[in-house]
Amino acid sequence: MMDQLRPYRSFVSYIDRSRNYYAAQGYERPYAWPHYDEVPFTPLAKPLFQCRVGLVTTAGLPKPVDPMAAMLYRREMYAQPAWPPPESLYTDDLFWDKKATHTRDVDSFLPLTRLAGFAASGRIGSASPRFYGVPTDYSQGRTIERYSPQILDWCREDGVDAAILLAL
Amino acid sequence: MSLVARHLEANGLPTVVMGCARDIVEECGVARFVFTDFPLGNPAGKPGDAGMQQAILGTALDLLERAWMPRTTVQTPYQWPDDAWREDFMRVDESNREELARQGKERRDLQARLKKG
Repeated sequence: MMDQLRPYRSFVSYIDRSRNYYAAQGYERPYAWPHYDEVPFTPLAKPLFQCRVGLVTTAGLPKPVDPMAAMLYRREMYAQPAWPPPESLYTDDLFWDKKATHTRDVDSFLPLTRLAGFAASGRIGSASPRFYGVPTDYSQGRTIERYSPQILDWCREDGVDAAILLAL
Repeated sequence: MSLVARHLEANGLPTVVMGCARDIVEECGVARFVFTDFPLGNPAGKPGDAGMQQAILGTALDLLERAWMPRTTVQTPYQWPDDAWREDFMRVDESNREELARQGKERRDLQARLKKG
């Protein structure tokens, strides 16, 4: 049984919403989002309970408390120990709904504690000893040519068999 | 993030994207996608709700095992307590149109000044 009839789509279209928002700010050329017809697909090579799983986030390392160091803070790629999970990560510079929610619980956007739980219960073989950070970049070229190969290298160094990527 | 996932898949590493911006991820096209219809910010579940976070990550693990073709999207069953965010986020209407235009101009002027040094 249906709950409601709606003459519109329920999901927010962030492509439409952000285009109209930046147009209202006077930016004439809209951001062009990547679109592909072909999508690569790799099946798991072995059972999940034998796999090492890694997490990738768009959140950044915590901003330094020192004001000078904070001013010099630049978003970079990083690989950090996954355990113990960081108490906080820097998300202020990212595109998310700061009015409706918050990011003070790291597991709400980077579920390192939950992943460790699945490793402990044997659902996965292990969690990667590191998690990986990639900045959200206006430049798709940098994401494709610089960030993506680096994430792949780190995953291979750590013996990761499957990666879960979380965009805020 | 979808671009990174595509690169990993193309190089033999299976992936799942977890996110709340359905159109952006699906336009790009990824192998596996766990979509939660929440405001942007908590793709792994509500803050403080460990049970929900575990269930959503569990769905991503299920997809790793069970998806047999690319562009497999699964929507988790969770709902945000209210729907106000859907209209509010990046809203443009008569109440803020002038303010947005002013903010945009201010930012462009600042960028131009920084460029000049």
